[in-house]
Amino acid sequence: MTDISVEKAGKPDAAESAAPTAWRAHGTARRSTHTLRLRVSAALTAVTVLAVLLVPPLVQLDQQAVDLAAKLQPPSWSHPFGTDDVGRDLLLRCVYGLKVSLLVGVVAALTATVIGTVVGATAGALGGWADRLVMRLVDTLSSVPHLLLGIFIVAMFRPGVWPVVISVALTHWLSTARIVRAEVLSLRSRPYIDAAVSGGASRWRVTVRHLLPGVLPQAGLAAVLMVPHAMWHESALSFLGLGLPTHTASLGTLIQGARGSLLAGQWWPTLFPGLFLIIPTLAVAGLAGVWRERINPRRRSELML
Amino acid sequence: MLELHAVTAGYDRRAPVVRDASLTVAPGEAVGLLGPSGCGKSTLARVAALLHRPDSGTVVLDGTPVHRYRHRAPRDRRTAVGVVFQQPRLSADPRLRLTDLIAEPLRATGRRAAAPARVAELAQTVGLTADLLTRRPHEVSDGQLQRACLARALVLRPRWLICDEMTAMLDASTTAALVRVVEDYRTSTGAGLLAVGHDRTLLNRWCDRTVHWDTVTSTATKVLT
Repeated sequence: MTDISVEKAGKPDAAESAAPTAWRAHGTARRSTHTLRLRVSAALTAVTVLAVLLVPPLVQLDQQAVDLAAKLQPPSWSHPFGTDDVGRDLLLRCVYGLKVSLLVGVVAALTATVIGTVVGATAGALGGWADRLVMRLVDTLSSVPHLLLGIFIVAMFRPGVWPVVISVALTHWLSTARIVRAEVLSLRSRPYIDAAVSGGASRWRVTVRHLLPGVLPQAGLAAVLMVPHAMWHESALSFLGLGLPTHTASLGTLIQGARGSLLAGQWWPTLFPGLFLIIPTLAVAGLAGVWRERINPRRRSELML
Repeated sequence: MLELHAVTAGYDRRAPVVRDASLTVAPGEAVGLLGPSGCGKSTLARVAALLHRPDSGTVVLDGTPVHRYRHRAPRDRRTAVGVVFQQPRLSADPRLRLTDLIAEPLRATGRRAAAPARVAELAQTVGLTADLLTRRPHEVSDGQLQRACLARALVLRPRWLICDEMTAMLDASTTAALVRVVEDYRTSTGAGLLAVGHDRTLLNRWCDRTVHWDTVTSTATKVLT
């Protein structure tokens, strides 16, 4: 796959090498690595999402099926990723685990972004003492280590998916609130806001019609960048035994359950869930990175988009 | 009457941009305010448009003193003053098509139904074709965008119009066209005009009365250029 991508990414290079200016050539060289990164990330994300969506309904195998006769089998043709300590197929467990982790990651990131956008836009649009109060609250919350705060929130509920989502969402809206507030503050002093006020627009209308649409690209980017982070948090909480119950397959519980066998030399129950955690998160982060550089005006002019 | 009495305004109380400025515009009158760049003309224009709270001094609009500014000002007071800014690029929301840009004040004040007819009428007045109206700000020239901004300022039929360096970015023919639109509006409705600028020739020809910045402010203000 890598070879094909390199070849395809090479084509625009060849077509534009005729461009005379030096900076242009520099830009295209960078652009080809961009395209490569974009394609690899997009392909990996697509494979992940398809696997998670299609495998559970199509493959009629029980991920919970225990087969003690086949426990801790190394990777083989019947079990490509091997089996765990009670003989469950690890490939199937990994896909189910990825589904749970991805769900938690996406829902938590979206919730956090909505909270952050509302808080940030309110602070930025109101200004004055409301802004100072809200942002000092944000500063105070950011001074608490967020994993600790997350553990505290999770500990208040019975183990399950939703407490983890709430815990991650409630600890991750702070940076989004800061980004959105800064963006709103910069938009707020533009003359077109003056023109809207002079045209009789209410505070609400100015915020919803003129300020928020300008902030949405940044907020959306923050949401996508937060998905991998939220997945890591879910894994961390589950690994610590505080997140999802042990029988629910998630990447965190899989890695946690595999700790014992790792010391006995069985590497596969740790390695494969680990890869399932690292590869999709890097792919999503890669996509978000490309998007970030596209909406950055300076990069945009360099890329001639 | 639009009266400014001893207005001191700025963005930092310790260093006001405008000190002690007084200015009066009568209904139907065109007053030109002439001053070098950076002297505080635009800030004074913002105060007169109820967009910026002065540090001290009073603004009297149609005989009633103004106590509240920006969003806090009652809607009918805010919309009694139309404003055209210097840079059309910055004063147009980049996401709105020109039609929506011009109709925005009507929608904001709950007169959505009247919008299509009024926009068509104003587009004719300021010289925007139907094709231009469907474009977004980045797809039209500065002159065309400033025509749309003038139409937006006139859409609510303000009793007062403030043109803050309206033609500074434009060529001579567009300048002439926009000034003619403003003058037609003024003679047909009896609105008062405050035209802020640095072009002495233009303001002298355009306005009934041109006042220099130094005579508006009682004390000599610092010139930042």
